[in-house]
Amino acid sequence: MTVRRAFVFVLFAVWVALLATTPFSGDNYTVRIAIQIAMYSALALSWNMIGGFTGYPSFATAAFFGLGCYIGALSQIAGAPTVVAWIVATAGVALFAAALGLIILRLKGHYFAIGSIAIVEVLRLVISSWSGLTGGGDGLNVPFLRGGPEFVSQLVLGVMLLIMVIAFAVTVWVDRGRLGFGLKCINQNEDAADMVGIDVTRYKIAAFVLSAFLCGTVGAVYASWVGYIDPTDSFSIVFTVKVAVMTILGGAGTVLGPVVGAAVFVVLEEYFWANFLAWNRAILGAIIVFLIFFLPGGILRLDYRHLWSQAKARHGRIGMAGGE
Amino acid sequence: MSTVLEVSDLSKSFGGIRAVNGVSFSLDEGEIVGLIGPNGAGKTTLVNLITGVHRVSSGRIVFQGEDVTRQRPFQAARRGLARTFQIVQPFPAMSVVENVGAGALFGGSATSKREAMALAREELAFVGLDALADAPAASLTLPNRKRLELAKSLAMRPKVLLLDEVNAGLNTAEIDNALALIRAIAARGVTIVIIEHLMKVVLSITSRILVLHHGELIAEGEPHAVVADEKVIEAYLGAKFAARYRAEAQNG
Repeated sequence: MTVRRAFVFVLFAVWVALLATTPFSGDNYTVRIAIQIAMYSALALSWNMIGGFTGYPSFATAAFFGLGCYIGALSQIAGAPTVVAWIVATAGVALFAAALGLIILRLKGHYFAIGSIAIVEVLRLVISSWSGLTGGGDGLNVPFLRGGPEFVSQLVLGVMLLIMVIAFAVTVWVDRGRLGFGLKCINQNEDAADMVGIDVTRYKIAAFVLSAFLCGTVGAVYASWVGYIDPTDSFSIVFTVKVAVMTILGGAGTVLGPVVGAAVFVVLEEYFWANFLAWNRAILGAIIVFLIFFLPGGILRLDYRHLWSQAKARHGRIGMAGGE
Repeated sequence: MSTVLEVSDLSKSFGGIRAVNGVSFSLDEGEIVGLIGPNGAGKTTLVNLITGVHRVSSGRIVFQGEDVTRQRPFQAARRGLARTFQIVQPFPAMSVVENVGAGALFGGSATSKREAMALAREELAFVGLDALADAPAASLTLPNRKRLELAKSLAMRPKVLLLDEVNAGLNTAEIDNALALIRAIAARGVTIVIIEHLMKVVLSITSRILVLHHGELIAEGEPHAVVADEKVIEAYLGAKFAARYRAEAQNG
């Protein structure tokens, strides 16, 4: 068990180091992909708290991300230093999630999923209509990060990797501790969890806030990176689905699954985007269908030893058949 | 003996139906009390009211001197009011020991996961499930699932344990084992309320019986007196049982 745990840590550390060295080994395009992988890893690890450990299919990721974009941008426009704006966005989104969780976590299953989609839509509409503050549909220009383009992308990569590492640390802490154990109980049987003395409301809100606050940070950093945000981009349903699919692809409820899923998905998406521009969305759909039918537990939940022995057995049979 | 739980004038309505109607009783520390009555009499609803699953419509519940009428299930569990379900409720994908550990960690006194798992193994040994501690809970047979329910409740170190038909679906040999286990739990000083349809079980194990009918308490007292009560015979036991019981009593 401890050997496996150590293996997970080493794997994660090597992966972060690999992403961190892209500015020295690759071109700008590679660095951009590394930033995306770090960003989506942080988002997928966050989603894993509520969607993986707790089993609540949340689509609110885009709401937290978008809100983070706008709180960060508006704080900066109001004169806050960049880093302060990022922290304000993090705290603001955490508070929002706590207040929202109190209401929306009364819903379960499909109803919760629909409710969380509605949050994204409502926020998008509010931000679009409140043009006096947010610029409405015209979007908002965010003060650029100082320095040349290469320095900026290195800085963003560093910050995104830091957020990813924090998200991973939080995941490990939750997974090992009392909170994670309680969340896994809630996931399997909420009534029984209540009966063994778990304060399910408090635990679910904790999970919801943990699934939200780093999405706020990521949103604010993203806004600083791209320099321009608008309601449609910040509160996108496809974006929110993507994060959930990544986590499930890697293995929801595992520690490393979201990281694996985010990496595989970003690379696949980049490949399909570059080579099949018109079919991009259809391929995303096909991946989702494939996942549901063949990989419901994700890449990390596959029984590789079983697959290997099966493959060996098949190979053995073929070998014998050839010998006859 | 001191009173551990006191229920006074408890009522619960679902729409126009009064599922529990003006029920009052109290439990003394360490006794085993039977709760009997026909299907739909409100036995499970009463347990649900006491453990906070349903909101009380009117009345009062006092547990160890504290008014707990408005408590939620997790608070009941932490206070020491544990219950088992008629239909067992395990965490299916977890191992047996983790199921029991959850009880020790969240409802009991354990302060860490490690301590909870150690306590869980003790309780599993107590109910005779230690050989299956690491098996997934979903793989257990029905009698073993009932044992798991018991171990999970015991890990919470309850003062009062409400057993909702723990013997339903078990065969005669399994029931004898379960009865021995319930006696052993009582010997630890836990007050037990047992909902049960098998009169043989009720008569052999309880020191007092409560009879519910249409949500009302129609009789209460020492088992053999309650069984001979005309109201109880009419509402639940039936004339045939009464005649056989009287004959058996006469023949010794």
